[in-house]
Amino acid sequence: MELRQTREWKIFYEGFWKNNAGFRMMLGLCSTLAVTNNLVNSFTMSLGVIFVTCSSSSMISILRPIIPPRVRMAVFMMVISTFTIVVDQVLKAFYPTVSAALGPYVGLIITNCIVMGRAEAFAISNPVFPSFLDAFGVSSGYAFSLLMIAAIRELLGFGTMFGMTVLGQWWTPWVIMILPPGAFFVLGMYIWLLRSISGEES
Amino acid sequence: MSGQFLDLFIIFFATIFINNIVLTYFLGICPFVAVSREIPTALGMGMAVIFVMFMTMAINWPLNQLVLVPFGVEYLQFLVFIFVIATFVQIVEIFIDRFSPVLYVNLGVFLPLITVNCAILGVSLLFVLREYTYPQSLAFALGSGIGWALAITAMAGIRQKLRFSHVPKGLQGPGITMIIAGIMALAFMGFAGMVNLN
Repeated sequence: MELRQTREWKIFYEGFWKNNAGFRMMLGLCSTLAVTNNLVNSFTMSLGVIFVTCSSSSMISILRPIIPPRVRMAVFMMVISTFTIVVDQVLKAFYPTVSAALGPYVGLIITNCIVMGRAEAFAISNPVFPSFLDAFGVSSGYAFSLLMIAAIRELLGFGTMFGMTVLGQWWTPWVIMILPPGAFFVLGMYIWLLRSISGEES
Repeated sequence: MSGQFLDLFIIFFATIFINNIVLTYFLGICPFVAVSREIPTALGMGMAVIFVMFMTMAINWPLNQLVLVPFGVEYLQFLVFIFVIATFVQIVEIFIDRFSPVLYVNLGVFLPLITVNCAILGVSLLFVLREYTYPQSLAFALGSGIGWALAITAMAGIRQKLRFSHVPKGLQGPGITMIIAGIMALAFMGFAGMVNLN
């Protein structure tokens, strides 16, 4: 069977592109906007979100026979918080500067609707492997949107990519791109572009 | 004494206008986009956020200083704070359902959403990073809540007017909301010169 027709591919594709969290579903916007003024921060944040989403979805899927339905939200919160603490501690120990730059936004992975949404919508009623794949698709789609926004903002705002100078001395940085309004404008433009290309109704 | 009061007032004022929680820190953006279609609902959501934000700060600060820090388990902050917020929201929901059905109808629908509003947890995480004292934290929480309510209400007002204008097709809905938020953020940057922070 061709790769594109397998169930696994479908799960991944729907999460990554069809229901892209950042551009289409408008989920997890806090960090989409807050950490995207440079690529290094966005990349770290993306890895953090991918790790937390995949691990908590897998964990919840494993625990699903013993989670009482009435208190499932509280259990999700506990599982997600635990993995977020892991990310936070690792960053603090090995990458203190990135950790300081990200500030409270690492902790805010807990309230990122994507993680909770995947647990509730998919992991609670599916076996481990599909749950992992679904979480991976959605979170890497999210990471993709994060990096797309960060690339524009860093290039225009600093003239650099991943901290390396791309545009030379002649380039006058657009300060607005690093400031909060720039984040809103870039995301707005991306949404416009994607909706126009796919021609869907809002 | 008056100096201390002034200090609190500056924090309060600055968190509403200069460092507005939505427009500068991007906290609570999801509900900011999703529930800003009508002024009454936006206002209801805003009120609920002010109340929950202030009360959870009132609980979280002592919990952090008197329990987590003395026992050296600061790494549990995320877990404890989100647990306090979730429990508090649940208790408030039960409480107003029992004692004020009118308030429950108006506010009740927003309460479950608040647990996953990043603004609430964000405020609780920011006070730790900035090492605020108890009165400072309370002023900060109140200012943040009011700032959030102000921003979402203003956005709802603009979006109501916008219904009569011709927005390009792909930009309708979330797209134009982002652009408006960007312009609002630009306008709020104008407040920056009013108070000298630090």
